[in-house]
Amino acid sequence: MSQYFSGILSLGLIYVIATVGLAIFTGFTGLFSLGHAAFFAIGAYTAAILTYFYGVNFYLALLAAAAASGLVGLLIGYPTLKAKLRTDYFAIATLGFGEATRVLLENLPITQGARGLPGIANYTSLPVILAVAAVVIWIAWNFTHSRHGRAAIAIREDFVAAEMMGVNIFLGRLRSLIFSAACGGIAGGLFAHYFCFIQPSMFTSYMSTQFTAAVVAGGMGSISGPVMAALIFISVPEILRIANIWRLVAYGLLLVLIMIFRPQGLMGYREISFAFVKNFLGRLGKGGKA
Amino acid sequence: MFIQTLLTGLAIGGIYALMAVGYSLVFSILNFSNFAYGSIIMLGAYIGYYAMVKLGMPVGVSIIVSILGSATLCYLNERLAYSPLRKRRASSLFFMISAMGTSIFLENLVYATIGARFYSFPELFKTHNLAFGGISIGLLDVFAIAFSFCAIMSLNLFLQRSRTGIAIRAASYDIDVCMLNGVNITALIGLVFGFAGALAGISGMFLGMKYIVYPTMGWITAKAYIAAVIGGLGSLPGAVVGGVLLGVLETFVSAYVSSVVRDVFSFSLLVLLLMVMPTGLFGRFLEEKV
Repeated sequence: MSQYFSGILSLGLIYVIATVGLAIFTGFTGLFSLGHAAFFAIGAYTAAILTYFYGVNFYLALLAAAAASGLVGLLIGYPTLKAKLRTDYFAIATLGFGEATRVLLENLPITQGARGLPGIANYTSLPVILAVAAVVIWIAWNFTHSRHGRAAIAIREDFVAAEMMGVNIFLGRLRSLIFSAACGGIAGGLFAHYFCFIQPSMFTSYMSTQFTAAVVAGGMGSISGPVMAALIFISVPEILRIANIWRLVAYGLLLVLIMIFRPQGLMGYREISFAFVKNFLGRLGKGGKA
Repeated sequence: MFIQTLLTGLAIGGIYALMAVGYSLVFSILNFSNFAYGSIIMLGAYIGYYAMVKLGMPVGVSIIVSILGSATLCYLNERLAYSPLRKRRASSLFFMISAMGTSIFLENLVYATIGARFYSFPELFKTHNLAFGGISIGLLDVFAIAFSFCAIMSLNLFLQRSRTGIAIRAASYDIDVCMLNGVNITALIGLVFGFAGALAGISGMFLGMKYIVYPTMGWITAKAYIAAVIGGLGSLPGAVVGGVLLGVLETFVSAYVSSVVRDVFSFSLLVLLLMVMPTGLFGRFLEEKV
């Protein structure tokens, strides 16, 4: 039983790592990615191929996964973000990018096509995932509270004003995209060595949807909100054993309802901190008047 | 071989153009990417299939039923998922997320209720071929080219000549000034979504007849979005040129290189074009409105 729960927690935390990446990107720069699963897939394949065919050390392979995804993020981001075009251009490019990545994975000889890579060594354990998640959240937290993070928020809120204040929009967006892609890559690397088997059909739009739903529901502009949402989204349907397909129906409906009724999401721009919890409990004590 | 490929490319390009026009029409008014469009096309194909196979209606009547059905769905989509956001003057990111949610919801609702089964239209045109001078072209393809051409032409005539058409074009320049001049914007936007839905119905029918009907067939709109970006987002002539161009180029790539690299080619074309001509072939320079 405890193995069952640690399994759910491991999977949840792997999703948390990728979701934090997307939270930095969509939540803090206001850009929408439709193919984030592709970064996850690139990381998973990079790490798996390195340990499987070349016997590279697992931790080095994880770093390589992050680097490969980050590099691809740079290649996609440079042309689409360069001309300060509407973010729609970027969203459409990621849509095509997601599909193109899957087609390539299905047809390259090294990825063994649709058969996938079976028998990857099982290096990922719960402590490893916890450590990586902690490091990624710590970096993300510092990023949002740094000069770069504040610049990213300024771009999201009003990019004309931000640019007039001397913020480089292109660099700000590109930087958060690369960070976000690298997070996706690490999560993918962990995923590959956790399940010991990967194939292209695992990294579909279903996965991208889960990341996006967690960021939107958790609150765009928050780190702890999406982290919580990702854990809830993975564990609750798993424990309740809801059929996969109805989960997706619910995610879709949830996205629309959140946009209509509570666009700021669960947490809004707030973070969970001691002061927040104290304040929240205080309000509960007063009968929820505030 | 060359002319044969060209004709096949024109047939698929015509359908891309129809979809790209429907998508661009909504974009030009509301300035956001309606990612729910693919699922409306999918539902249009299902409606047409149901009318033709289950209710035994003739082809012409089924096409009209499919057009009316998707126009209604597209209208309802705007009323339920977008107009609450429009009233709040939300940013285009929220519209995109809402559209994505609608798309995920509809697609998986079809999976969960109707099922993942593939349906194919009865062999009405598929086996009929017109042959002349060593070139043969399917009757369905001829019909698709002609029908797409007529639909786009009549829409163009309506937009250029009628009072409502002028109001739509005015709204695509400045929605507020248009409203100040006494145009009922809510009704106008409803009408635009109705038109987009009608085009979705036609393209859904043709896609269903040419290939098969299944829940994720709407993903082909990714090509329509790419076509719209190639032509220049928000430009209707651009959408037509982009759609036809993409269809023809893709068919040449599958015929002369390999059908596997086709999707990768479309995506690379998009990225390359954005580097050389960021606004597409006919685009205005679209920055986000603050």
